[in-house]
Amino acid sequence: MSMFRRRGDHYVATFAVDEVRVLRKVAAEVVGLLTDGFDHGDPVVGRLFPDVYPDDDAGTAEFRRYTEGDLKTGKIDQAGAILAALPDGDSGGEVRLDAEAAEAWLRALNDARLAMGVRLEIKDGTDLGEELDDAVAEDPGSSRVFQLSVYAYLGYLQESLLNALID
Amino acid sequence: MGGMAAPQVAPVETPDTEEVPVSDRPWVTIVWDDPVNLMTYVTWVFQKLFGYSREKAERLMLDVHHKGKAVVSTGARERMEHDAAQLHAYGLWATVERS
Repeated sequence: MSMFRRRGDHYVATFAVDEVRVLRKVAAEVVGLLTDGFDHGDPVVGRLFPDVYPDDDAGTAEFRRYTEGDLKTGKIDQAGAILAALPDGDSGGEVRLDAEAAEAWLRALNDARLAMGVRLEIKDGTDLGEELDDAVAEDPGSSRVFQLSVYAYLGYLQESLLNALID
Repeated sequence: MGGMAAPQVAPVETPDTEEVPVSDRPWVTIVWDDPVNLMTYVTWVFQKLFGYSREKAERLMLDVHHKGKAVVSTGARERMEHDAAQLHAYGLWATVERS
């Protein structure tokens, strides 16, 4: 697995082709969720756009009316920052981010993890290793095994970028 | 306190929050615990958005983690809504309420 390292003013990682494919897929899924698939009834959308007043629907609707457009655009743009920085074509390669792109990646990786976390029903105290073992025991070729692996990978990548940034 | 014996006086009743008119109480932004956000990420967001020191940001993050929620900012309602929107942009689960 690749991790980000600081090099001068930039944050650099070299990705294998499989990692590039996964990142392209999750970023595209987030964009899809925020565009064509946008639905407030979807629990993932509920998590990315929480009710600001849990006991006041009218207040929440009013808040949404003037914040949601920008919030959505921001989230689409940050997922786009992942797509824009990945190597062209179906190949691995180096990703080099300046400070601004690095922050966009951090937020976009977080959005992707939030979305996957809801779908995978990640709870406080969920042991990812155990979940993965159970899923493999049930069916090693299942979508859940793949999704859990991607979720764990994104967390690792986000943490490496954050550590490089804080360093 | 030492000194001469003072005449006995009934303790003065201090007004509690119930007596402050609701409309005068400030608003707060609350961040709730969630199972996905990394602890280091939450700390970083608090520093970044509010300019809090590493220590203060970490203390707030630990409050969120252990107590389930923490007040991260206090002030006028519009200001709190602005903070909540920013927190949502970073993927944190934030709500606004009267303190």
